[in-house]
Amino acid sequence: MSKINLIIDGQSIEVEKGITIMDAAKKINVNIPTLCHHEDLCVAGNCRVCVVEVKNHERLEASCAVPAEDGMEILTNTAKVRNARKDIVSLLVSEHNTQCTTCYRNTNCELQDLAAEYNVDGDRYLSVLKPNIKVDKSSWAIEKDDSKCVRCQRCVRTCAELQHVNALTVSHKGDEMKISTFADLPFNEVVCTNCGQCVNRCPTGALTERRYFDDVWEAIGDPDKHVVMNTAPSVRVALGEMFGNEVGTRVTGKMVTAMRKMGADSVLDTDFAADLTIIEEGNELLTRLKGALVDGDTSIKLPMITSCSPGWVKFIEHMFPNYLDHLSTCKSPQQMFGAMTKTYYAEKKGVDPKDIVSVAVMPCAAKKYEANRPEMNSSGYRDIDAGLTTREFGLMIKQAGLDFNNLEDSEFDSIMGQSTGAGIIFGATGGVMEAALRTAYAVVTGRSVPFENLNITAVRGTEGIRAASIKIEDTLPEWSFLEGVDLNVAVAHGLKNARVIMDEVAAGTSTYHFIEVMGCPGGCIGGGGQPIPTNAEIRAKRTKAIYEEDMSKPIRMSHENPEITQIYEEFLEKPLGHKSHDLLHTSYRKRNRY
Amino acid sequence: MTKIEQLVNDLTGKYGKERKSLMPILQGIVKEKRYVDNTDMVHIARALDISAADVYGVASFYSFIENNEMGKYVIRICKSITCEMKGKHKILKALEEELRIKLGETTHNKRFTLLETNCLGLCDVGPAMLINEEPYTKLTPEKVHEILVDYRNEVK
Amino acid sequence: MANNNKLKRADIIFSTYSVDPYDVLDMAMKKGKTDVINELIESGLRGRGGAGFPTGLKWKFMAQENNEEKYIICNADEGEPGTFKDRKLLVDVPRKVISGMAIAGWATNSKKGIIYLRAEYNNLIPALEKEIEVFNKYASKFDLDFSVNIYSGAGAYVCGEETALIESMEGKRGEPRNKPPFPIQSGYLGKPTLVNNVETFAAASMVCRYGAKKYESYGTSDQHGSKLFSLSGDSPKEGVHELELGMKISDFVEEYGDGDTKAVQIGGVAGFCIPRKEFDQTIIGEGNTTGGATMIFNSTRSMYNVIHNYLDFFAEESCGQCTPCRVGTQQLLKGVEAVKAGNKPESYLDDLVKLSKTMKLTSKCGLGQSVTNSFSSIVKNFREEMIY
Repeated sequence: MSKINLIIDGQSIEVEKGITIMDAAKKINVNIPTLCHHEDLCVAGNCRVCVVEVKNHERLEASCAVPAEDGMEILTNTAKVRNARKDIVSLLVSEHNTQCTTCYRNTNCELQDLAAEYNVDGDRYLSVLKPNIKVDKSSWAIEKDDSKCVRCQRCVRTCAELQHVNALTVSHKGDEMKISTFADLPFNEVVCTNCGQCVNRCPTGALTERRYFDDVWEAIGDPDKHVVMNTAPSVRVALGEMFGNEVGTRVTGKMVTAMRKMGADSVLDTDFAADLTIIEEGNELLTRLKGALVDGDTSIKLPMITSCSPGWVKFIEHMFPNYLDHLSTCKSPQQMFGAMTKTYYAEKKGVDPKDIVSVAVMPCAAKKYEANRPEMNSSGYRDIDAGLTTREFGLMIKQAGLDFNNLEDSEFDSIMGQSTGAGIIFGATGGVMEAALRTAYAVVTGRSVPFENLNITAVRGTEGIRAASIKIEDTLPEWSFLEGVDLNVAVAHGLKNARVIMDEVAAGTSTYHFIEVMGCPGGCIGGGGQPIPTNAEIRAKRTKAIYEEDMSKPIRMSHENPEITQIYEEFLEKPLGHKSHDLLHTSYRKRNRY
Repeated sequence: MTKIEQLVNDLTGKYGKERKSLMPILQGIVKEKRYVDNTDMVHIARALDISAADVYGVASFYSFIENNEMGKYVIRICKSITCEMKGKHKILKALEEELRIKLGETTHNKRFTLLETNCLGLCDVGPAMLINEEPYTKLTPEKVHEILVDYRNEVK
Repeated sequence: MANNNKLKRADIIFSTYSVDPYDVLDMAMKKGKTDVINELIESGLRGRGGAGFPTGLKWKFMAQENNEEKYIICNADEGEPGTFKDRKLLVDVPRKVISGMAIAGWATNSKKGIIYLRAEYNNLIPALEKEIEVFNKYASKFDLDFSVNIYSGAGAYVCGEETALIESMEGKRGEPRNKPPFPIQSGYLGKPTLVNNVETFAAASMVCRYGAKKYESYGTSDQHGSKLFSLSGDSPKEGVHELELGMKISDFVEEYGDGDTKAVQIGGVAGFCIPRKEFDQTIIGEGNTTGGATMIFNSTRSMYNVIHNYLDFFAEESCGQCTPCRVGTQQLLKGVEAVKAGNKPESYLDDLVKLSKTMKLTSKCGLGQSVTNSFSSIVKNFREEMIY
């Protein structure tokens, strides 16, 4: 890469050719404000907050969009620049619903921050906020409030570029321009996968997750209800951010204590259900392999694809409705957990399942949708009664008045509170694959996977699609049909990459046996329900924390989790047995693509 | 195959199925039925393998691609400055009275829709209007009456 | 130079064909590509759409682009209120326009020509298609590999901006792109694309017809050649006039006004509104350019109504993507209404003028950048009318 030299605010600097003025400024610790730019997305250059002066340019330039050039002289902090920025922020405020005190994003809003920074006078301009804007609360997962939209189009770019869903678009022009779904239909009627990535990138409160925490408080306050809370692996590596902790801080023990202090009757771990998923899904894979490879059963579809990411599941239902047979029939850990709570747990604890309220704390917006899917009630009760995001949960801790950072650590309750490192790594892209391989290899060969510390680094990382092949040798006698087989696996995260993988499957060119797909970039640690902001650096730190948590666990393979052994002995009998079939597996539905 | 599916099929046959064919396809539908409704957009989206939201975003951007049902004859009266100076308001009033509809409305028999539009590029011969693609200039209330009589009698 | 600030009619572009424009193409092809481009540079011809970029230079850059697939686009999306010269060109002398496009295609090694025609002009399509057929015959006779197609717009003023036009042709919303890259480097479908106004192509053809020397002899030292003026408003002589550049506004008003002219809008609604007291200046000052839309207002006109009409137009026709343009146009509109209604003090007009300057500094494209021209000139010169 060739280098260029330029001067920013009087300071000479050498940068790689091609980077923007904004990025060049960052290198000398000058932060240029922006509302539309997001490092995960393509350049938009439409909010114009980031304007700077470039010598000999008549007009100000949008620093996010203009490449730094050799010999440029740039001024980022002149009266001209400050006045222009203040004017632009004032304009945005003038078309904004400024009821900040009642906004869910109050104190975590990029427009609010900028308005404060530039000390914007609310009376400077007349309000041009459109009257009678209705909040779209039709979806179980996502709410859209156009009165708070700054039209930065981050959501549209997220939906198109990262997720290839294109449920959101910019519609109309001029003073009517807005962010729309198809024909402005309610969210629950369009192809939205509920992944919540748009929510995660929205600078304001225009797109938020639908909140259920009041329902949870109500249940906690009801003496007749038995509230069971469970938390997903990636929540414990991100929740700390809500309380000023450094990104990547693991707060598992404090999180458990907080739930207990908030009044949950039982504090359990979704990771337990992740381990359970591995047993069921691993056996499903082996069964499919046997059916396809040995019995030549053409009705069995390979590759088998994971089904734990509800955004991904809805994506395939919309986009590839003819390939649903490739999805594992396993419910996601959240739903398995719920089903076991209302049956096995209820039985063991002697609680009437009708009195149990199961609450899932998730890094995810789509989990809310999943919890509400009508078929998720095989026990006769809803598997999950309320799905919360990491953000909502953080807010509840604040509402409870808990001094989170000074809470003592404590352990999950039992039963269904014990988990392994394999369950933990579900939180990062590649984790389900790694967990599945750890167990499947051990089941088939009687030995651990041939990787140092069980770390299958080939399936880890940030590449959108990663593939690996594992040779199965020296099998136990009952698995001899797999002797010498190269098990081809792939991992994809972000729905854009899922589409690439599925295009191969649809074209019949896919050579994989097993594919893990996570709807969100980075997997659950980058989920739509995680603290805002989320970006590549933050995802990397949360991922690192996940693998640290894995290493800290004494047991790191799902099938060695004693509570898993116990649940099969006491209740499920065997993997893929009839109880499993009833409670832990599900089916999918074809949906409209357009 | 429904009529509109057939039309989309014909149009993609003519213009291709790439993204760049979107505008000619939308325009082809407008030419045929004067507006593009939600069902039409879904058909287009399917034919071009793009999202329906994308089609909607594009269609709603352009003022000559209407989403609502339009009459057989869409009247667009120019509201730009010189036509306004030349008496556009009188013409609009004459049209409203003649058609017994307000601006933005369609007659009951679905024959006429009355809209305003920005500059038609007929500033030297204003007030001006389009009926579908046909321009009419130097309008007077009397002239408007005559023009509409012709359309009513299907002379045009 | 020939012109002494007097109004002079010119008869270049609308002159009847003493030489068939397609023979001009033949003449050009005999000269050699570099010569034609150099001649164009020498002639001093600037883009006639309003931005005024030197045409020869644009062609030169285009010729330097090494790509099999290159596009020549004729921008016939004239949507500026008060502009209608391109319509007249396409009706009266389409052959000059197409020959200009073909010369551009040949000189820059581009094989595809597209006329982006605004939807409002759809009724011109049949005649244009006939003319294209004629061209095709000549092209095959000259063995010239250049096609011309018509692409119809769909009603969006902003698509006159070249990158918005390109987006629109690609089947997208007509939202202007970030620049760089410029269309010459990466335009339609990511290919090198030269976009010129209808009049520019016709003028380029005329430069080839008469030679740079003769063309240059028209106009001023800064503004060569003839310019088409779309004249409308309070004038007994509305229509398109081909004039040499360099005349004073007073001459223009004397010739074309109705004897009671109070202001002249030069350059369409995106241009400046000049009050009577400032008529003693040349119609296009040194270094300035215009698309040639000229509207004359007499003393019966309310300048409040005029600016209100403009602002209504801008607020509607902004693409809406960038903040200063989308919200700024609404604020100016609401702002003048509020002052007129007494809901905001007179001094608010000054705040609005400042805002319009911010729009000029920060908007993404020419639409938002140019609103201040008419806004501040009208507010400054007709302040009382804004208030009372």
